[in-house]
Amino acid sequence: MAEEAISYNGRDTDPERPVLQVEDLKVHFPIKEGLRRRIVGFVYAVDGVSFEVGHSETLGLVGESGCGKSTTARAIIRLLDPTDGKVTFLGNDITTLSRKDLRPVRRDIQIVFQDPYASLNPRMTVREIVAEPLRIHDLYEEGGEDRVAELLRLVQLSPEHGNRFPHEFSGGQRQRIGVARALALNPRMLLLDEPVSALDVSIQAQVINLLIEIQEELELSFLFIAHDLSVVRHISHRLGVMYLGHIVEMGTRQEIFENPVHPYTQALLSAVPVPEPRGRDQRERIVLRGDVPNPANPPSGCVFRTRCWKAQPICTEETPPLVEQFGHVVACHFAAPLEIKT
Amino acid sequence: MTEPVLAIRDLVVEFDTPDGVVHAVDGVSYEVYPGETLGVVGESGSGKSVTVMSALGLIQTPPGRIVRGEVIYKGRDIIGLPIDEMREIRNKEIAMIFQDPMTSLNPVFTVGDQIAEALLAHNEKMSDDRARDETIGLLEMVGVPNPDRRYDQYPHEYSGGMRQRAMIAMAMANKPSVLIADEPTTALDVTIQAQVLEVMKLAAEETGAATIMITHDLGVIAEMADRIAVMYGGKVVEMGAVDEIYHTPRHPYTLGLMMSLPRITGEIKRLLPIPGNPPSLISRPPGCSFHPRCRMSEGRELCRTSVPTLADVDHGHLSACHFWDEVAEELAREAEATGIQAHGGALG
Repeated sequence: MAEEAISYNGRDTDPERPVLQVEDLKVHFPIKEGLRRRIVGFVYAVDGVSFEVGHSETLGLVGESGCGKSTTARAIIRLLDPTDGKVTFLGNDITTLSRKDLRPVRRDIQIVFQDPYASLNPRMTVREIVAEPLRIHDLYEEGGEDRVAELLRLVQLSPEHGNRFPHEFSGGQRQRIGVARALALNPRMLLLDEPVSALDVSIQAQVINLLIEIQEELELSFLFIAHDLSVVRHISHRLGVMYLGHIVEMGTRQEIFENPVHPYTQALLSAVPVPEPRGRDQRERIVLRGDVPNPANPPSGCVFRTRCWKAQPICTEETPPLVEQFGHVVACHFAAPLEIKT
Repeated sequence: MTEPVLAIRDLVVEFDTPDGVVHAVDGVSYEVYPGETLGVVGESGSGKSVTVMSALGLIQTPPGRIVRGEVIYKGRDIIGLPIDEMREIRNKEIAMIFQDPMTSLNPVFTVGDQIAEALLAHNEKMSDDRARDETIGLLEMVGVPNPDRRYDQYPHEYSGGMRQRAMIAMAMANKPSVLIADEPTTALDVTIQAQVLEVMKLAAEETGAATIMITHDLGVIAEMADRIAVMYGGKVVEMGAVDEIYHTPRHPYTLGLMMSLPRITGEIKRLLPIPGNPPSLISRPPGCSFHPRCRMSEGRELCRTSVPTLADVDHGHLSACHFWDEVAEELAREAEATGIQAHGGALG
């Protein structure tokens, strides 16, 4: 066990095992006050999240701002240090690896960010941007140039684009550059943090199709984080719905969209505006009361209870565990299917 | 139908930039009638926001420039009105709601005082107490809980959804004839968006205002609009009743938008994106500005040489496409290619 923790040998792995396993992950940010920066409380950004991602699988994490979905991704590749929990990647416990030992892990898990304007260095050409990971890992000298050309082709940019600078590209093209860079080291897994949220719908569809093609071709695993449910539905095999640092419901795409049993999932789905004007006045819509509570002071018991129309005294007293009900896992004392007309 | 309350006629707006002249708005015409909601939909750079901003004298000149066009409000052209007259119209007659409520509210005044100020500015005889009472009533209408207490809070004490409600209350304070909402829910989470959209519908019903709702979100617009204007490259390319735009589009761009849209229900099929990128507004393509991305234009000289005009093609359904009558066929073809059925509201 201890030996496993210091060495990372991502390449020889059991194909039966999940690529990524996250167990009871917690990220609590201290709130500091006063001159001595005394800790006066914590923001419970991620508070006990567990899931797995299999080979060539996409797990979608959905939820509204502040639910902890991006923090989860950042804690997985240790851009943030988790407070508690365990992250296992290709059978190796990577939770406590040192910076140095993390390097090979970060070759195998890459992250793509939302903002294609902020995540590319404006002073580097596209070729340099895509080559940078290869150089950092001392892989450029041998065939690096060809590799960069191949990567640009893979994301459907032409090789001539390599000599240009990021500002010469549209948002969609920039996001392709970000994807090419993420693929440079031949990773096993991509963490995609709102990768299409900043894009217009016609361009968004191009990038979604590209991601699906790349996954099939390279047999990659994706953790796909987004707030847009229709995008997540399109790309994910399985889905976890997050609320205030917790996964409240998780299952296959079909289960979550066709048979949601957590009241929050039901409300979330019914709140999505439908691009179909016919019958819009007849649609039944669950409009939730109020706002998401402050994650520094989360409600006792079930975190959703303050906005839930089903809440009973037990919801204040006992945190519902994430357990199998109605064919998938859900954390609710009163989980039940609902007839939603969308 | 009655007279439109606001009509934009052939508006052309340009901006001087170091890279050249940006043709942001290129001959836009649309109108909105009392009590109706006109949805203006388009992607970034389509000119949907600049059109209304210039119509209300809210663009910087220079670098901006209104080259030509009219903005008829209640029978009078308001372009080039003196600043104070324009301000009077903006505050009282045509109200606006923007995407980001944090930057539209003054952080050093309480929310209540800001709304009350909007009331007092246009009602000289109103007492302060009366303004406070009316403001609390407005906050209540838009669903701000405990409006009495919330009156005295500052914008930072409001959540994003509550701030947007406060903005709606402020916009409605003087019972405007036109409400212009520019991406009013884009910054909000989906459950909060649902709340705010309900409030907007309610506010429009209460005041009978005509609404121009600008958005890139085809879901939001399908929920809210009576008619839709689709903008692309600084032009209106299609306009018609909401049901027709979604079910029988007459412009290949509108069709392309519908086909690229991932959906929350129905069969999951491959998306059919619009190829290429939006046009540069500095060096615009000749002919139809959509032709470089249009499947229907392949091998057609006309699309490359002649700019199509927006014309009525089907009883109030307008399209700016030379081959508008082929869009239905194209829809059937694309539907087949992506494996969806073209009937039964495949687009919806």
